[in-house]
Amino acid sequence: MAQTSHGVGGVGYDAKKRAWPAELNVFLALVILVVVFELIGRIFLGDSFLFNTRSDVSAIFNEARLQIIILQVSIVGIIAIGVTQVIITGGIDLSSGSIVGATAMIAMSFAQVATVNGNPNPKAMFLAQGWTDLPVIVPVLVAIGCGLFAGLVNGALIAYTRIPPFIATLGMMVTARGIAKWWSKGQPISFPTEGFAAIGKGLMPVIIFLSLAVLFQLIMTYTRYGKHCYAIGSNEDAARMSGIKIANHKILVYVIAGVLAALAAVVLSSKNLTAQSGMGVMYELDAIAMAVIGGVSLSGGRGSIIGTVIGSLIFGVIISGFTFLRLDAYYQEMVKGVIIVGAVVLDQWRQRLRAMRA
Amino acid sequence: MSDIVLKTENLTKRYGGVHALEGANFELRKGEHVAIMGDNGAGKSTFVRQITAVEQRTSGQIWFDGKEVNFAGPIEARTAGIETVFQNLALADDLDVPSNLFLGREKVLFNLGPFSILDRKYMRKATEAALIRTAVKIPNLSNTIRHMSGGQRQCVAIARTATFASKLIIMDEPTAALGVQETAQVENIIRTLKDNGEPLILISHNMRQVFDLCDRIVVFRRGRIVANLRKQDTDGNDIVSYITGAKTGEAELAA
Ligand SMILES: Nc1ncnc2c1ncn2[C@@H]1O[C@H](COP(=O)(O)OP(=O)(O)OP(=O)(O)O)[C@@H](O)[C@H]1O
Ligand SMILES: [Mg+2]
Repeated sequence: MAQTSHGVGGVGYDAKKRAWPAELNVFLALVILVVVFELIGRIFLGDSFLFNTRSDVSAIFNEARLQIIILQVSIVGIIAIGVTQVIITGGIDLSSGSIVGATAMIAMSFAQVATVNGNPNPKAMFLAQGWTDLPVIVPVLVAIGCGLFAGLVNGALIAYTRIPPFIATLGMMVTARGIAKWWSKGQPISFPTEGFAAIGKGLMPVIIFLSLAVLFQLIMTYTRYGKHCYAIGSNEDAARMSGIKIANHKILVYVIAGVLAALAAVVLSSKNLTAQSGMGVMYELDAIAMAVIGGVSLSGGRGSIIGTVIGSLIFGVIISGFTFLRLDAYYQEMVKGVIIVGAVVLDQWRQRLRAMRA
Repeated sequence: MSDIVLKTENLTKRYGGVHALEGANFELRKGEHVAIMGDNGAGKSTFVRQITAVEQRTSGQIWFDGKEVNFAGPIEARTAGIETVFQNLALADDLDVPSNLFLGREKVLFNLGPFSILDRKYMRKATEAALIRTAVKIPNLSNTIRHMSGGQRQCVAIARTATFASKLIIMDEPTAALGVQETAQVENIIRTLKDNGEPLILISHNMRQVFDLCDRIVVFRRGRIVANLRKQDTDGNDIVSYITGAKTGEAELAA
């Protein structure tokens, strides 16, 4: 087979050498996980994890469970879309959870009604200024502005001072959480307008999550921005020598991540009908875990939004699987820690395997 | 003079206290293939990095294509017509062959700023054409280059310079990691460039290769140009004595 690897001329194709898409492995893991829960359920509980077992409902699947699985991951999933881009570029964003907290507080203050049950809204931040009952676009734009600003600070710090992304975003994590607490002196902000409340109603979080996922999957695959994300994460020096403007690109990546975290804050506070300063705590780790489970390499250059979406589903299946098995919430949290570390170990392992084959 | 493609005067680069390049005066004429030789750390790659503006020089002047230039970065140098195969390859492992060939100058369908839509079909076609032209054989274009052999990767980097019209090609040790067959292939590409009258700067430690391919040899030693000799006026031993410092002082071309 010297013909295929040595310079005889022309381009050769060898179908066998086509890379097996990493997303397929992740999807396989998802399927296996579901099957495992299904088997455990059937054997030990006499109940089905995935399928409908109630005679009064005519459906093949247990739709309630499917909804819960995807609904509970969709908000963190929105963050994970941005985190994926950051990690592919070779960075990390630890600030997303705090950006959610700060943005939820600030945006919600512009989404409040003037009167509750005929009385002035007791929680209204800007009642005196008359900034109540504003059109829904106002709090949404405020939120986007918050995310944009936080992302800009993250990106500029990383691009210009060259401090490691880990440190820069850790600083933002602490600061943004501080802002979230300071904003209303720790008080929750509630009573949003109907328009604002509609954003996170029912399956809206899922729809928003999946639309954004499709949008960014296309962007990562078909645009120059996406190509440069992979190039920088893969070999930053090569990207620089090829003339890619690294600083600008990094700033853009962190801005996008910030804005996505802000959108997650809008959806979350709308869904909960309230904003609290503790919102989004640890979301950054969940988002990173979703990405890493989905095959995004922490060393940069590899992964995809589709992978992260599948990773988020794995995350959701594990959490609802534990509920299904009636395991205590404490166990869930402990297992989440194991998943996060496990995903990173898996990533390292994958890389070592790859290095061995190369 | 109008047939000078590249000229540097007193080109100097210091990294803190390290004098990597000191007062380099260099000239390259139309259609000329010049070799740069010198020991490890002599300043050869540093010289290339100043010309291509990968780094900003400490002092000195550069003329390219008839005018003085002050490139702000590698993309400006490239736009002006300098194509470079860097010593450390400058390839992105996780991208496929077309993406690497077009890295930093992707062909786009619609211009939407950073979100411009890529013309993937065009880039793939152009890549195939470039590989055929340079007789480079790659198993599968859509695979990432991570698992490709050193030779194949080098060939991708060289095919890249051959894909885009240029006024000067610089290759920094293009055959250092290659086997006999791949080296011959790269040398063939260089001969083709010579036949087409395209000027080239070739950095190499391979004496046979340099005498085979180049018209003139410039020797660097400890950041300085210590010799500038026409091929017919010198031989391997002479060059080695300049490289090692047994012979010193700038040997000028017999005018
Ligand atoms: N970024 C840098 N910072 C400090 N010193 C540097 C830097 N880059 C190069 N040098 C030093 O400058 C000198 C010249 O390096 P250069 O890479 O130009 O050598 P070279 O002639 O290309 O050698 P080789 O044949 O090994 O490629 C070396 O002493 C090197 O250590
Ligand atoms: Mg060198």
